[in-house]
Formats: sequence, C-alpha cells, structure tokens
Amino acid sequence: MTELQLKVLELLKEDARRDAELIATMLAVPIEEVKQAISELENDHIIVKYATVVNWSKIDDQKVTALIEVQITPERGRGFEGIAERIYLYPEVKSVYLMSGAYDLLVEVEGKNLKEVASFVSNKLSPIDAVLSTKTFFILKKYKQDGIIFEEHEGDHRLMVSP
Amino acid sequence: MIKDEEKQPTTPVRRQSMADYLSPLVRDIKPSGIRRFFDLVSTRKDVITLGVGEPDFVTPWHVREAAVYALETGKTQYTSNAGMPELRGAIGQYLNDQFAVEYNPADEILVTVGGSEAIDLALRAFIAPGDEILIPEPCYISYSPITALTGGKPVGIETFAKDEFKLKAESLQAVITPKSKVLILCYPSNPTGGTMTYEDWLPITKLVEENDLVVISDEIYAELTYGSKHVSFAAMPGMKDRTILVSGFSKAFAMTGWRMGYACGHPDLIAAMLKIHQYTVMCAPIMAQYAALEALQHGLEEKDRMVEAYNQRRRLVVKGFRDIGLDCHEPQGAFYAFPSIVSTGLTSEQFAQRLLDEAGVAAVPGDVFGLGGEGHLRCSYATSVTNLTEALERIGGFVHRLKQQA
Repeated sequence: MTELQLKVLELLKEDARRDAELIATMLAVPIEEVKQAISELENDHIIVKYATVVNWSKIDDQKVTALIEVQITPERGRGFEGIAERIYLYPEVKSVYLMSGAYDLLVEVEGKNLKEVASFVSNKLSPIDAVLSTKTFFILKKYKQDGIIFEEHEGDHRLMVSP
Repeated sequence: MIKDEEKQPTTPVRRQSMADYLSPLVRDIKPSGIRRFFDLVSTRKDVITLGVGEPDFVTPWHVREAAVYALETGKTQYTSNAGMPELRGAIGQYLNDQFAVEYNPADEILVTVGGSEAIDLALRAFIAPGDEILIPEPCYISYSPITALTGGKPVGIETFAKDEFKLKAESLQAVITPKSKVLILCYPSNPTGGTMTYEDWLPITKLVEENDLVVISDEIYAELTYGSKHVSFAAMPGMKDRTILVSGFSKAFAMTGWRMGYACGHPDLIAAMLKIHQYTVMCAPIMAQYAALEALQHGLEEKDRMVEAYNQRRRLVVKGFRDIGLDCHEPQGAFYAFPSIVSTGLTSEQFAQRLLDEAGVAAVPGDVFGLGGEGHLRCSYATSVTNLTEALERIGGFVHRLKQQA
C-alpha cells in the first residue's frame, strides 16, 4: 500500500463519487497516478465496491435488522471458514464476523419484518449441524453506521459572513 | 464678594440626540464593511457562502466533553487572572515544541478572551495619543479601529499580489517616522493567505531593531500553513523581547466560539496587559480554559487532520479560480484564497454584490481589508468539498456571462 493509495482511499471513503480529476487536484498529484492507484485498489479488491449508505428507516418502517450471536463447533482442518460461508451465502445475511469471546460468529440479518428474521433463525441458521446455539438481538434504532451519523444535529451554525 | 449670578450652576449645553453623548473616538469609527455585507447576505436564501472566517469543523468531541466534565465537577469559578497555571504551562510547552519560542508560564503568558482581546490589550498597553501604528494591509479588520480607539494613528502599508502579499522592507521603511511605535503583523494572513519565511522576516527584523519598534504579531493562523512550517516573528533573532505574540485556539483547534486566546511576551509588557485584563474581564471563562487544555493535551492529531483537509480544499480552490480565468496567487497559509477580479472590469464591491445576486455565492469584497484589497475577493475554503465545487461552478458561470456581456 503506497501513501498515495492510502490518501485516495481516505478521500473515496468520505465520498465515493469523487472522480480522479478532483482527487488529483486535492492531493496535488498527476491525474494518471490517481487513476492508476484507483485501478490497482480495485484490482486487488481493496476497494471492494462503491455502495451507498442508506437510512432505510426513513422509507420502510417494517424492515428489521437483527444481530445474532452464534456458537459453533469448528471443523477439523477448516476451523470456522466452512460454516461461516454456509451462513454468509444467504442473501438475507448482511454481515458475518468471527469474534473473540463468549460466542464465535456475529451475524447481521435483515428481513422485511420480525417474522421473516425469526423464520430465518429457526429454519436456516439453527438447524445447521455445527451451530450449537444462537442468541438474537433486534436493532431498534441505528444512530451511526460506518462512521456516518444518521441524524446529524451538528449542522453548519456559522454566520454566513464573518471577519 | 461673590455675585449672585456666579453662584448659579451653569446650564449644560443640551445634547440634541443620544448619539451626542458618544465619545468622538467611538463615533468616528466606521462600521466594518464585513458587517454591511453580512446584513446583505443574511436576507438571501440558497446562498453558498465563502464568506466565513472560521473553521467548518465543529470542535472535536473530546474537547467539548472536557468542558462538559468541567461543568459537571463544579468548575464554575474565576481562575487566576492570567489563566489557569496548567493551561499556561501547556501553552508554553506547545509553543516551544511547535515554533521554538520559549516563554515562562509564570509571567510571560496571559490567557485572553480570544486573540481579539489580546490585540486590544496590547494596543492599549502600548499606544499613547499620537503614536503611529504600522499595519500591513490588506489585513484583519480590527487593528485599525482599535488603534484609533486608543488615540493612536493607524498607518497602512500596502502589500501586493505580485509579492504574494508579503511585507517588504522597502514598504515598511517608507512609512516609518519618528512617531512610529508599533508594527502589527498578521502572518499567515487573513485575508490574503500570505506567509513569511525566515528569509522574508530578516530585513523586517533589521528595520524593527533600527527604528526601535515594538511588534504585535497576530499568529492565530500559525498552524495552518501548507508549504513550509510557520516561522514565528518572536523566534527571529533578537525579536522575542520586542514582540507580543498573539495566538489562540479558534482556527487551528476549531474553537472560535469558546473565545480562547493568549498573548506571550516580555514580563514587563505582559504585566501591563494583565493590569488592563484584570480590570476589564478578570479572567477567561474557566470551562473554556479546561477545553483548551484538553485540546493541547490530546487534540494535536485531530488538528493535523483538519489542516490536511484545508490543504486539499486550498488546492481545489486555487485551481478552480485559475481555470475560471481569475488570477489567484497561491496562498501558503490560513484558509483564504484572495483571487483578483480586476480582469472582469468590476470593483470588488460590484463583483461581490453581483456574484451574490446573480450566482448565489457570498464572498467578501477585498476592499474592506484596507489598502491593496480592492480588486480582490476573499474566499474562505473552510467549507465542504461539495460546497466548494458547486461555488466554483457558479462563479465560473458568472464570470463567463460577464465576459460575454463585455
């Protein structure tokens, strides 16, 4: 990872729509170098995707997200990898983390409503042989995600003109 | 023997209006040109403003939290007049680490209510009626009125875009008279973004020495430099004793509303300023002092992050103006670009007014900053990249239409 790549990543993390020309100006480097840095980051899957952060609660009251603590018996030779994959391939699973501590996987599941998530846990997740136990926690409200505050109260309160 | 009519109290001259009660010194101060422009802008909607002279960052949370904690634990009293010893100690350490100037926290550092108070105190401490105060311009708008308020005579020194608005020894030499007493410096400069290097300062220090001047160096933007590191005037050989270094937390630490500044200098000078300070404001607010202490102790990384963000926007804005076809010297400090609008054939006031009316962008006309400001526009880039991009687009369209009309 070069210093330029790191700076490019920081600027894209703030706003993925920034183009190479803007970034080149902001960093005072030739545009070709920025373009190359970006394509390298993309090829190496360091930049995985340019996605949009959405506050779904503004448009869909029913949609629910749950965090599920899952205890697992690891497989000989593969550890948690195989089970994790069996879980994360489900489209309703939004994220999966291997954790230290009292449980093994933290699984984020999204559903149209409460029933759908409950059904996923009881019909898909729990029946997996290696899964020993699950604990489901429903998210009531998202305040901040990936460093982005959803209900920003710190708007620009400055005077329009000041010395 | 006293005649009867002589015992009568003399009838005072009746004043015609309340304004007649005012001191002529105050009455004669012109309202700031910025104020007038502010009134104009605040009536408008959908305006992108490049007129703001403060950071767009909110004070980092850990600093705000330190003030909240100070309140929770009952820190609501006066502090020592000069400011809390811990804070003065931290300021001394910080100035030494960052700018290689050494001040004794015991009697060479005074915590003030913003850098503004420090400037006021210094001017009041130095000026006797008739003294001439030398002020490189364009500059921050308060030096000249406060000088006039103390009975001093402000003497402007014009600086130029071709010199990147640096103070030139020959310009300074040209205005020095036997009455010259104080030189006010503000580098990095509001509004021009100009800075002074060690080599730039050298001939100035010689003149200061030869003419026995005292210097008020307003270094509030010291941390915001983008080429070479800021050189404090007080760090120049032989200058420390004849310099009052003024700075504060507003710009570098995004703490404008806290009103936390400081002055550093020779114990005799600081003692004089402290006298005025103790009779006028007693001390800076205690909770703000705790916040400032937190900023110095744990806020340096956050500060560097903000400086990097300003630098990125600076490049964007300078390139933007040049692409539009407006001459723009490359500002090396503060967070202002000061492009020339002379090529449009309009005055600064006309340009700013029409830019507001026709393109919905607010920026401050350069003439309000004194000599050499006419023909320029002060554009603060302390605003988001999105806003800057949109503002530049609007300015570009406006200038294009102007040139078509011409």
